[in-house]
Amino acid sequence: MLRCFVVSFLIVFFMTGGAVHSADADPASTPNGTFRPAEHAGGTLKLTAQSAPGSADPQVNYLAPMLQVEAVVYDGLMTFAKAPGPLRRHAVPDLADGQPEQLDDGRTWRFHLRKNIYFSTGKLLTTDDVVASMQRIFKVNSPTAGPYFSHIIGGSLCLHQPKRCTLDGGVVADKETGTIVFHLTHSDPEFPDRLAFGHAVILPENTSVNDTGNNAPPGTGPYRITSYNPNSEMRLERNTWFRQWDALAQPAGYPDHIIYRFGFEPESEVTAIENGQFDWMAENVPLDRLSELGQHFTSRVRLVDFLNLYYAALNVNTPPFDNLKARQAFNYAVSRRAMVIHNGGPAVAIPACQMIPQGAPGFEPACMWTKGASPSDPAPEWEKPDMEQARKLITESGTAGQKVIIVSPQTPGYLAMANELRSTLARLGYIASVRSMVQAVQFPYVQNSDNRVQVALTGWNADYPAASSYLETLLSCKTFHPHSDNSLNMSGYCDQGADLLMAQARAVAVKDQEAGDHLWAAADRELMAGAPTVPLAQVRWVTLLSSRVQGEVTAPIYQIIFSRFQLQ
Amino acid sequence: MISSSGQTTAGPWVQATRALISNRSAMSCLGVLLLVILLCVFAPFYAHHIARTDPFISNVAGTLTVNGQETDIMQPNDNPLHLGLSPIGPTWHPRSYLLGADSQGRDLASRLLYGGRNSLLISFSAALLCIIMASAVGISAGFSGGVIDIILSRLMDIMWAVPVYLFAISLSIVTITQGLHIGPITISSNSLLVPIFIIALVYVPYAARPIRGRVMTLRNAEFVLAARSLGVPEYRILLRDILPNILPSVIVLAPLLTALALLAESSLSFLSLGVQAPAASWGTIIQDGEGLIYTRPMVAIAPGLAIIITVMALNIFGDGLRDALDIRETSRRNG
Repeated sequence: MLRCFVVSFLIVFFMTGGAVHSADADPASTPNGTFRPAEHAGGTLKLTAQSAPGSADPQVNYLAPMLQVEAVVYDGLMTFAKAPGPLRRHAVPDLADGQPEQLDDGRTWRFHLRKNIYFSTGKLLTTDDVVASMQRIFKVNSPTAGPYFSHIIGGSLCLHQPKRCTLDGGVVADKETGTIVFHLTHSDPEFPDRLAFGHAVILPENTSVNDTGNNAPPGTGPYRITSYNPNSEMRLERNTWFRQWDALAQPAGYPDHIIYRFGFEPESEVTAIENGQFDWMAENVPLDRLSELGQHFTSRVRLVDFLNLYYAALNVNTPPFDNLKARQAFNYAVSRRAMVIHNGGPAVAIPACQMIPQGAPGFEPACMWTKGASPSDPAPEWEKPDMEQARKLITESGTAGQKVIIVSPQTPGYLAMANELRSTLARLGYIASVRSMVQAVQFPYVQNSDNRVQVALTGWNADYPAASSYLETLLSCKTFHPHSDNSLNMSGYCDQGADLLMAQARAVAVKDQEAGDHLWAAADRELMAGAPTVPLAQVRWVTLLSSRVQGEVTAPIYQIIFSRFQLQ
Repeated sequence: MISSSGQTTAGPWVQATRALISNRSAMSCLGVLLLVILLCVFAPFYAHHIARTDPFISNVAGTLTVNGQETDIMQPNDNPLHLGLSPIGPTWHPRSYLLGADSQGRDLASRLLYGGRNSLLISFSAALLCIIMASAVGISAGFSGGVIDIILSRLMDIMWAVPVYLFAISLSIVTITQGLHIGPITISSNSLLVPIFIIALVYVPYAARPIRGRVMTLRNAEFVLAARSLGVPEYRILLRDILPNILPSVIVLAPLLTALALLAESSLSFLSLGVQAPAASWGTIIQDGEGLIYTRPMVAIAPGLAIIITVMALNIFGDGLRDALDIRETSRRNG
């Protein structure tokens, strides 16, 4: 009996590549080391999108569709819960084996690496990979290198000389104990959340320091990208080296294969999902199909709450919106109700009047741009436009009659909002027009101050649930980079007072999160008084699933988790 | 003119006019055409004094009064999830959104009339410009012959070889971003002159070829040879003998080219390559209606019907005109 057990053990051990020796190995692992949920597993998940989601380099791509794919391919030290339910404020440990230790008032963070994690190539994950991946964020010019990680000691040097980046003294690893310590120049209570964002995923040490383009580097998640042709499709299959270590951080996948096809119009995608030709589409359901879905496909529709904001960035360095009164007038004049209608109605959208969306930490209702309100006396919520006040401000600004161009992404939803803004500007006496571009072109175009974009229509999803993800990322002095395509502060706005409040909020939040939230709210009010943007609407995401999909597949930050699709 | 029986007969133009007037279907279509033009000309009057709306300003958050009750222009869809809103449908009341609203909450009837102004203006202008250019090419090639004929004819052949819509779309894509630069003249990308020029240009080979053929026939006609033998200068032959004789052919081409230009304009505008927002044409309104085809099909159907009616009227009227101006046909009819 004992001999039989020993032989069986040895067989299992060798077939699993030694993975079962892990202390926290999951009992559901299959003999070849692949975790495969017992029920509803298998099948090919068929996804579709209008266009390819861009580079497959997880430290470069900033587009939501690719971040969703990368969520099941890569892991960071931390991650956001990949499970349905309410939004969690903080990240959960992923490749770290527990919550990090906060030292030195939030200036030092100590993580301990989980053991026996393998890349899809079979290479064992070590602290060297963690250090190299942190360096690579700078070397590959990741969009979040500056805003999220430049405060790691050595980070600012890395920003100036990316190829020589070492982060000496900033990231200290001990391979023996599996400990990684981050030293920051100032306290940052959000640092673990930043590490949970997709750009901080851990890649093999030897990954190229150039954008890998259509070649996806190996990851540690339940799937690996086996092929990617942006003109046609992306294919994923199981990572045979994966076994589940934490269902909340990285659940094992149900489908055996995932095929992601590109090049279909959203209208066609909806019809294809209704007919079972695809299981899910990346784009929002077109507004004209909402009624049909609400009527006939109720059980297959998912409404997902997530932190997002549609807004118009006003260029404060170019006429006419270099004039504060012109910016305030535009804010007073815009009908947020119209924006709600353009996004699918009250069941789907709510008016936005501030840069911190409802539900995000630091949100305190204060609408300055509604009838009867003012910067010194904000209302609790947006009620209706104040055209009288807007016209008075326009007269005082002396900017009426000027030409204004709104640059918008070329999608029906954005174009509807852009035309609404054009009408509003026309009512205020401007000669307004809309210029639309493919979204992948428009996003960098509107960021570059050389293009002198007057009004940039855009949307922003939270990288992680924090006020800083909106205020600091989109409107702080340090995120305005003139002449660069990578300048998320599209307004070119810089308010030293607001920046000071944000720094205070960050410092206070280390010990008192609530007090920190109040300071973020104060920074929001300070910024909105300068009206560098016109917040428009906050929407729920409406998505449609095919009839063969079972289970809850949504999650607050990622919106959708492909590994959770159970196919009949 | 004295006929063989000794009676005075009317001239060819008078005969043609009489023949046209006696053609009931052609005259009915002319009536329809004039009615469409008249309605479109009075678009501002309808919008400002009857519908009392600005068809170029978004109004999704607006309301209107129907049967004494105030109602939202954008109305919630009746589904369990309350997803989406749809613009109000036709009220059949001229003072309040007669044909309903589009996705921007604008009065469809007003936009239809304004759109018709642009569609008709572009199609008539493009047809006229096309005829002028085609006549210049056709007469030059047909009358000169030789090298000029070879060069112009081959150029027309090349243009003819490219599918007309593909040609128009290619030109539009270039001009939509950069406008049109012809020597010192610059036309901005949102000017109506851009689609007018493009549509006129793509149809030049289709009009130039029959004109060239007619000129070639006339060049060898006895009365032209007689004039030449009498030493009449070439330009005088062209003005006095050739031009008057090709005029009926050109007139017959006009309504047919207008109909083709209207279809081309609608197609380009539907593809966002013709009339640019916020201006409207029947093509742009169909594009607006594309997204509402499931909930408010009237937005696409109304401009579609307008195009069908106008093109049919132009074609039938063109047929009548051809019958009236075809001298041989007329002679046969007169016995």
